[in-house]
Amino acid sequence: MIGFPHRTARARQGSRSIREGGPISYAILILVTIISLLPLYWTVIAASRTNAEITRTPPPLTPGGNLIPNIRQAASQVDMVKALVNSVIVSGSIALGTVLFCTLAGFAFAKLKFRGSTVLLIIVLATMMVPSQLGIIPLFMLIAKLHWVNHLQAVILPTLVSAFGVFLMRQYLSQALPDELIDAAVVDGASTFRIFRSIVIPIARPAMAVLGMLTFLMAWNDFFWPIIALTSQNPTVQVALNSLGNGYVHDQSVIMAGTLIGTIPVLIVFALLGKQIVGGIMRGAVKG
Amino acid sequence: MQTSIPNPNEPSTPAEAMSRRAWRPRLSARFETRFSPYAFVAPFFLLFFAFGLFPLVYTAWVSLHSVTLQNTEDMTWVGLDNYSRLLHDPLFWNALGNTFTIGVLSTVPQLLMALGLAHVLNYRLRGRTFFRVAMLMPYATSLAAATIVFAELYGRDYGLINWGLGIFGVHHISWETGNWTSQIAISTIVTWRWTGYNALIYLAAMQAVPEDLYEAAAIDGASRWQQFLKVTIPSLRPTILFTVVVSTIGATQLFGEPLLFGGVSGHRGGSDHQYQTLGVLLYDQGWFNFQLGRAAATAWTMFLIIVVAVAVNAFLAARGWNWWHPRERRAARA
Repeated sequence: MIGFPHRTARARQGSRSIREGGPISYAILILVTIISLLPLYWTVIAASRTNAEITRTPPPLTPGGNLIPNIRQAASQVDMVKALVNSVIVSGSIALGTVLFCTLAGFAFAKLKFRGSTVLLIIVLATMMVPSQLGIIPLFMLIAKLHWVNHLQAVILPTLVSAFGVFLMRQYLSQALPDELIDAAVVDGASTFRIFRSIVIPIARPAMAVLGMLTFLMAWNDFFWPIIALTSQNPTVQVALNSLGNGYVHDQSVIMAGTLIGTIPVLIVFALLGKQIVGGIMRGAVKG
Repeated sequence: MQTSIPNPNEPSTPAEAMSRRAWRPRLSARFETRFSPYAFVAPFFLLFFAFGLFPLVYTAWVSLHSVTLQNTEDMTWVGLDNYSRLLHDPLFWNALGNTFTIGVLSTVPQLLMALGLAHVLNYRLRGRTFFRVAMLMPYATSLAAATIVFAELYGRDYGLINWGLGIFGVHHISWETGNWTSQIAISTIVTWRWTGYNALIYLAAMQAVPEDLYEAAAIDGASRWQQFLKVTIPSLRPTILFTVVVSTIGATQLFGEPLLFGGVSGHRGGSDHQYQTLGVLLYDQGWFNFQLGRAAATAWTMFLIIVVAVAVNAFLAARGWNWWHPRERRAARA
């Protein structure tokens, strides 16, 4: 730069400016945070006020005291309690099953040698790109044939397949699991399953936790397949929300109360484990 | 992929020779090492073939038949009728156009904003965990909940957005009934839910960029903006391609947002089909008109569209790249 004799000083200054966030950075972040949280905050306001209050101009900006009656009314329209219980069962089973199956397969792909492993791994990777939604018609015909329509297993079993999970566990285990440990166990005469139970699982635990949280979140929020496989007689939270939002309930505050109950549990869990989930997404991104 | 389990039939160390189980039957040990890997991958692949691959392939077969929702076991061969019917259906072309415009309106601003946001998040900040978690909250909110809330926010008479615009003198907009307004509204729901998530993915990639690159650029007198353009963006190339592909696939399948945004008329994509996407059309054909065969033809067509869209996007991204970095292109040619 012209007229700038101290290049090193300039460079030091430049490298520091890379690292520190200025007031504009904070302004942008605060704005984005507000935009991210505002719809959720509005849900709380609308769910806790009467319909007359939220249609006023200007709209209220603080929560009111009508939450319980609104929830009662929402629960009389759709079975929110059953929906919450079903969602916990469905998402919990999917998370547990996915973590188990993906850890098994991820371990095999990371550390075991077997014929066809490359081809099978390519199949796994290819399915990460194939949209599963497009298979829902035969899937529906299948569960209709099995008489599973409106039963929870219709949602649980097809969702247990997670190519992403296999890939994540494979990447994690090929780095975190030292070959020497397995060698030592083999020397001691341990079977592959014994190795899996006593060595692989303890080491894989952090990645299993991340995969479990992400899978639970995705299963909880899954929409397309559950509204096809289930009805409002035996709903998950999303199926219940679908019937609430279908337009047959006209009370805004009641709809918002239902939405709030269906969303709050997962948001609380998310706020508590947010740091780990953020770390999991970022780690998955680098390796993916 | 590395293998690490040595063949237990060849005792190579004294420890192994001395170990308790060294004398166990050779045959069963060999059998175990050889076949247990298949047992490890079997649960995944069984489920995958039954509920992943089979439905996808079978969709093509179903699409050549007339099948109704009421009696899924009764399939009548109709050849390519479902496809010719689809290609002559104005609703299909309408849905294709809507999927494209909503896809562009949601994906492009979303990825650009995510990129900028990731850049800001990459600074040393106070409370950075808070910011990261806060902007991931929309991702944790379900599609159904987000869409219901936004549908209320975009309400014509009492919606918060119209109230906000009213302060600036904009007259009440009927978001849901308009062609563009409804598509813009739906795009903002998608953008709201996914921007933070993509920002985190970009941030992860940015943190892998070596610090020296920035220092070298700073020594050469590059401003922050120049550093962003000339150091950050090139380093993120594979990640950007990845997010473009994933967003393209997601946008082609868009379903829940338009369906719920429309309330009662959601499965038609609005009273005038003004925001009916291909995913919604498929649902309408199958579960409101009970024609699973036609819905399958739509699904298979969507699959082909996704393949083409991903290929085109990947090609455009690569072309755009060369335009961005002519020097690399010249070097590649030489």
